[in-house]
Amino acid sequence: MRIDKHPILNFPKKEPIPFIFEGQEVYGVEGDTIASALHALGITTLSYSIKKGRPRGFYCAIGNCASCNMMVNGIPNVRTCITPLVAGMIVERQTDKGVIR
Amino acid sequence: MKHHELIIIGGGPSGLCAAKMAAEAGVKVLIVDRSPQLGGQLTKQTHKFFGSKAQYAKTRGFDIAKILIDQVIHHPNVTILQEATVVGLYPDKVVTVYQHDTYTRYQADKVIVATGASEKFLAFENNDLPGIYGAGAVQTLMNLYGVLPGQDIIMVGSGNIGLIVSYQLLQAGVHVKGIVEAAPTIGGYKVHASKIRRLGVPIFTSTTVQRAVGSTHLEAVELVKLDAKWQPLPGTEQIIPIDALCISVGLSPMHQLLSMVNAKTKYINELGGFVPIIDDHHQTTQEGIFACGDAVGIEEASSAMMEGYLTGLYVAEHLGKSHPESHALKEKYEHELDMLRNGPFGIKTKIGLEKLRKDDIHA
Repeated sequence: MRIDKHPILNFPKKEPIPFIFEGQEVYGVEGDTIASALHALGITTLSYSIKKGRPRGFYCAIGNCASCNMMVNGIPNVRTCITPLVAGMIVERQTDKGVIR
Repeated sequence: MKHHELIIIGGGPSGLCAAKMAAEAGVKVLIVDRSPQLGGQLTKQTHKFFGSKAQYAKTRGFDIAKILIDQVIHHPNVTILQEATVVGLYPDKVVTVYQHDTYTRYQADKVIVATGASEKFLAFENNDLPGIYGAGAVQTLMNLYGVLPGQDIIMVGSGNIGLIVSYQLLQAGVHVKGIVEAAPTIGGYKVHASKIRRLGVPIFTSTTVQRAVGSTHLEAVELVKLDAKWQPLPGTEQIIPIDALCISVGLSPMHQLLSMVNAKTKYINELGGFVPIIDDHHQTTQEGIFACGDAVGIEEASSAMMEGYLTGLYVAEHLGKSHPESHALKEKYEHELDMLRNGPFGIKTKIGLEKLRKDDIHA
């Protein structure tokens, strides 16, 4: 959910940015990070833990905790909380440590 | 390998202030910051600051960030790398930077580590469920990106951050069901706590989170009362349905890069955890590597700025360059820092710094 009214801050309508999440076309807005765009869509599970497959969301939002790591354009362990959203990005949930090819 | 006289790691309040002073003294500065925006945690702080004019009192955090950024961004001596993470720091002052899928090595004459702090976590059952966030993360999500973290939330921790973020959640239209505090008393300023209570948010003292409930996302949280020995009181459990839990139980200084170069650190509870041992010029035990801001002890952003200005001045001197107003500025910022630490929450820092200085050779 996006905030539309706020006593201090202004959140003007921004240009939509299309991207692919788990094979589906979805939209964020200009200025989003990958994680903020997913949260606005109600998607809070960003990955699954390696051993037990437990759902993981983000925790710190400043690129520190690794809880938001996802696969972006085939690159694993991208810190989605500090990575700006770019049109056409392919974003996938990670279930393993990730392999760099 | 690219060369810079001074590399500042971290473009938050402390790093930006250090950059301003060093650049004005004629030092070529490179600021490396991993976020999409400069200003560190100030960019999401919508509240007005306390303190004096030198610390931009009565100005909102994000406006302070703009002031600090404007001070350096057009300075000819300052180069800025954004969305760039320092992944290696070496004793010979080589800094490796990861930016846009590329690694680059830089050689610096001096380095300032102004990496700030990270959010502490809390141990309880299911604490890894999506919907459980650090207070800073919640602030980022709603104040920077305009996205709500949930509809019904509980805040854990009644320090100033917990109280302020609770208020900001209310401003954003989130239902704050309560603030949980393990200690018997509220941690933050009374003025903040009263403001929150007047808006109908209960503060549960001597209470903690026993476990989180949910399968794919947080659905509820179980709270329990604590006795005088901080042990859970059986029979006092209550389950509260929420879709977000915000954890604000303190911050830890980010000393990791300093540990990488074997700068000596010491565990000081009052300063938030492991902190580097520094001399009067904020130089660590590793020659030429300095540190300032929350990375050397958790305080307010106001203190981080004053420390940054001072460290920038000190480092310029170590490089044989002196700010034209060095003497007057040092006096001013040292005085400001003293004033801040004489405030109601400064005592903790003072005790911590005392411990850091005492027998520091054995640490």
